[in-house]
Amino acid sequence: MDTKTFILVAVIKIALVVFIMLTGVAYTTWLERKLVGRIQNRWGPTRVGPFGLLQPLADGIKFILKEDLLPDYVHKGLFILAPMLALVMSLISIAVIPFGETITIAGHTTALQISGITHAGGGITDINIGLLIILGVTSIGVYGVALAGWSSNSKYSLLGSLRASAQMISYELALGLSLVGILLLSGTLSLREIVFSQSGNWVLGGHDTHVPHWFIFPQIVGFFIYLLAAYAETNRIPFDMPEAETELVAGYHTEYSSMKFAMFFMAEYVNMFTVACLATLLFFGGWHGPHLGFLPPLAQSLLPVVYFAAKVFFFIFLYIWIRGTLPRFRYDQLMAFGWKFLLPLAIANIIVTSLIVAWRG
Amino acid sequence: MVHQVLFIIFGLICVAGAVNLLVQRHPINSALSLVVVMASLALIYLLLGAEFLAAIQVIVYAGAIMVLFVFVIMLLNAGAEERTRGSHIALFVGVPGVVVLAGTVAWLLIHSGSRLGGVTISSSNFGETHAIARLLFQNFLLPFEVTSVLILIAIMGAVVLGKREG
Repeated sequence: MDTKTFILVAVIKIALVVFIMLTGVAYTTWLERKLVGRIQNRWGPTRVGPFGLLQPLADGIKFILKEDLLPDYVHKGLFILAPMLALVMSLISIAVIPFGETITIAGHTTALQISGITHAGGGITDINIGLLIILGVTSIGVYGVALAGWSSNSKYSLLGSLRASAQMISYELALGLSLVGILLLSGTLSLREIVFSQSGNWVLGGHDTHVPHWFIFPQIVGFFIYLLAAYAETNRIPFDMPEAETELVAGYHTEYSSMKFAMFFMAEYVNMFTVACLATLLFFGGWHGPHLGFLPPLAQSLLPVVYFAAKVFFFIFLYIWIRGTLPRFRYDQLMAFGWKFLLPLAIANIIVTSLIVAWRG
Repeated sequence: MVHQVLFIIFGLICVAGAVNLLVQRHPINSALSLVVVMASLALIYLLLGAEFLAAIQVIVYAGAIMVLFVFVIMLLNAGAEERTRGSHIALFVGVPGVVVLAGTVAWLLIHSGSRLGGVTISSSNFGETHAIARLLFQNFLLPFEVTSVLILIAIMGAVVLGKREG
């Protein structure tokens, strides 16, 4: 592949993925309002378009047209930087996520992943530290929340961001440790390789069990730690302490209006997607699913993407479901849960997993 | 060529961040400059092919330690520091000292740079996660474990000292 085609393919992939991701974010807000509405015996949005389907568009226009207030006595530079940092850092992590294996269009085979590169031999290479990049980028994203609260010069914002940074640092440990079991089983940090190591079925004592070779089965403890820590990392109910409305008005983004507020909002939803994608890739076999031979070839080649999207949708649905069901934790309960329960459990999970891996050689 | 250009860009950002760290009067700005230094160092590691080290640099230093710094600064609500007019010792001893040191290093590099020799990267998988793990957990297992015990002792010492105050 020459340089021109390479750049063209990369730009198309980036534009397409960002477009799909942002549309997905917009319609997740619609889905959330609809589902939470149904859970609480309401209708949710119905006025704009059929089933309220144009509501995200109307919201977007409203966000852009609203006056962008800059309150007095804020730290201007950081106040403007914070929402950008939050959104950019959340968007960067999609770059390493593989959505499917490969796709061939007009003779060019390319990976369904922004950072997947086709080399001369036709094989696909992706970043061999993909998982670490996601962890690193999310840990930088904490600054967006922390600085937003501090630069707002408001006590609610400051309390919200103090809670957010403490919570994110605490749960990042449990989150990182819950993934070590997966790394022990797959032996790689590349997300692509991790998905490939989950192909086929589990074989027990020479028998094909017809259970897919997904890491959720040996790592069910790790999966629950990951899920809970991920909810805390994305500041979602039941761990939405940083923006607890009843205590802190709106937490760290109290002073933000218009597009700056929208950026935090989008960052939160993109983070939800990242976490859902990661859960799919690490525990649920990524794009693997039943092979349907009767479909036409193009549909066959897009089938993995459909499987991937369906699994991600399941996690998004779970997020919304839990939001409609559970009350908020108290702050001390949150900290005790993270440090005294999840962290020891994650360490125990690593010890047991590594003993089994070592025993099986 | 591209590597050299990128190295110069990130090197300049790194030095600019370090200078800004000293010049800024507000602790938050200084802490954020330090984050910039850490991040550009990580990118220089990446240019050297040490991708694991780069990722760890971002996760541990920029993502965890500096967030704690920022957290403490926010918690204490530290304001802008006051400036002194600078001491005479710094002016009359420090500045000439720095000039002499920089001059010596520059002179050495220019005149006997060829005799200092370069570093060759020993294996093809230098900087990969597996290679680093092999070094840490096979060749240098004892120093690695002793260091971690040392850090543990330091943490316990901090906890003990912190309790005595309260």
